[in-house]
Amino acid sequence: MVTLKDYQGGETAWCPGCGNFGILVAVKKALVELGISPHEVLMVSGIGQSSKLPHYMKCNLFNGLHGRTLPVATAAKLVNHRLHVFAVGGDGDGYGEGGNHLIHTIRRNIGVKYLVHNNQIYGLTKGQASPTSDLGFVTKSTPRGVVSTPLNPISLALALGASFVARSFSGDVPHLVQMIKEAVNHRGFALIDILQPCVTFNHLNTYSWYKERVYKMGEEEGYDATERLAAFKKAQEWGERIPIGVFYKEERPAFEELFPAIEDMPLVNQKIEPKQFERLIKEFM
Amino acid sequence: MKTVEPILLSGNLAEAYAIKQLDVDVVAAYPITPQTTIIEKISEYVADGELDANFMLVESEHSAISSCLSAASAGARVFTSTSSQGLLLMHEILFITSALRLPVVMAVANRSVSAPINIWCDHGDIMPQRDVGWIQLFAESAQEAYDKLIQAYRIAEDPEVRLPVMVNTDGIILSHTYEPVFLLEDSEVASFVPWKLYPLRLDPENPLTMGAFGYPEYYFETRYQSAKALEDSINTISEVDEKFGEISGRKYGTVSPFRCEDADVILISMGSISETIRATVRKLREKGEKVGMISLKLFRPFPFKEMISLVQDVKAVGVVDRAFSPGAAVGPVFNDITSALYLSKMSVPCVNFFAGLGGRDVRMAEVEDMFEKLKEVANTGVVKEHRYYVGLRG
Repeated sequence: MVTLKDYQGGETAWCPGCGNFGILVAVKKALVELGISPHEVLMVSGIGQSSKLPHYMKCNLFNGLHGRTLPVATAAKLVNHRLHVFAVGGDGDGYGEGGNHLIHTIRRNIGVKYLVHNNQIYGLTKGQASPTSDLGFVTKSTPRGVVSTPLNPISLALALGASFVARSFSGDVPHLVQMIKEAVNHRGFALIDILQPCVTFNHLNTYSWYKERVYKMGEEEGYDATERLAAFKKAQEWGERIPIGVFYKEERPAFEELFPAIEDMPLVNQKIEPKQFERLIKEFM
Repeated sequence: MKTVEPILLSGNLAEAYAIKQLDVDVVAAYPITPQTTIIEKISEYVADGELDANFMLVESEHSAISSCLSAASAGARVFTSTSSQGLLLMHEILFITSALRLPVVMAVANRSVSAPINIWCDHGDIMPQRDVGWIQLFAESAQEAYDKLIQAYRIAEDPEVRLPVMVNTDGIILSHTYEPVFLLEDSEVASFVPWKLYPLRLDPENPLTMGAFGYPEYYFETRYQSAKALEDSINTISEVDEKFGEISGRKYGTVSPFRCEDADVILISMGSISETIRATVRKLREKGEKVGMISLKLFRPFPFKEMISLVQDVKAVGVVDRAFSPGAAVGPVFNDITSALYLSKMSVPCVNFFAGLGGRDVRMAEVEDMFEKLKEVANTGVVKEHRYYVGLRG
């Protein structure tokens, strides 16, 4: 039986108190509770403090370039769709540099689970405004405050027709574990936007800032996560109250299910047998 | 502020200060180590009202260079800065910037490229940009980074040139090390690089087209003109350096020789490593050894003639490359040096040293070792090994 120890990785280089620790614990817990072994998991990460997460656990890892997690994860899932493929990145990586890939990955509905560590700041480069930094936020690159409207990843994903859209908070590990498990069990692409305090470079969106604001949607009576328009309305809430939980969920075939050739066996396990092509080749000769 | 006494600045902060004095109109950038502190400082100048510029925090380096290109096409004085993967992401726009003859200026804090991920210095990011048609200057100190950036705008905006310019400074080693830097007065910078509105810009009153389709009947000629402009720009680059010397007392040349006059062997290098080599030459000269060195200050256009005049009586030449050119027999700088020799019908034994990749330190002892190898070649006239990998393990 798989245990937390099986996922034990090396020493971390994050700041003490970093919100990433909660995410690391939650990812491992969710995988253990789902009975998934490390060899069945591929983590694809980009560049940022978030993208170091797979370095600190034991599983398959592809660490690529800034913003480019999703194309890599998509291809990996297609050649071995039995693998649990996660993409891990931050708000700069996923919503900034890699924004274009997010759009097209959502369209495809490939069975990749995307964990976005959203700390509303660039942590690795030491404190510049990110695509989700709140208006007026003073950072090293915005000494007079952010003037661009922050990107709302939830409403963006909903508008693009994403089949699973959730938000969680790294300060609430049990909730995040639940979200990751639901994402893994979902057919197709899942986006989990994870609110994550950066204790060193973001002194606005702190643990207490988030704690005072987040509330669980499930606890609110009458919220139906299958209603896209309601989800869209809910996604607009930010500021005094910040909803966490599954905003929207829809059953539809995942991208990898659209290829009959890999229905029985992942592409990676299929042998190239030239004899099978002989008839076809002859036909064109 | 003209400082009679130097003030302590890192390469990045010295460059940011130059940008403020140059009164740049548009700055577009994306954070990446080790460049980030340049644009952080500029954002502060803008926020504090010390620089009247439009500071654009964009979503990628591709957007940063695209924004600079378009702002320059409308007549603005622009600046961007990047490193490593950021520079690689800009790649396709770099060609367009030079072909459209837009005077964009960029500071590059040179850093290795992935994989593996490494944030330290080498020239792996700049070498893939050899053929993009930009003027490429190399600095070997924070002072030189400051001076070169001021020179860069005068070169780029010269009506005879009108080409984009990159100022390369070794990441971490120069970008983050503080050293004494002499600054010019704001007014001196302003009069050295006076702002002029370009005649050929996007202007609703006088419409023109940029970046249009080039049929086979015209494409060849257009590209030739860009290449020719880059080749010819060397005269302006030298003139600007001379004129800069007049106001600052500092000039660098396209190639900077040290103790080459009677040298038997010479090492050629670019960037901060040249400082270590110069110090080693000084040490070996004290022992009576006839060694010299050349710091290459201009990489594109390549200063063929200037280089040749310095090495014609030498018995052996060593070239330090801080990047690989995989699949080629030699490194990129070596390639240019040996082409220059060939075109001048000179046959000097040359040795290629690969050193300092991914931030690996190159110390004086290693430079002495390079000179030892060159002396052996000089004595025997035979190049046993034309490539050495300095300090490579395994």
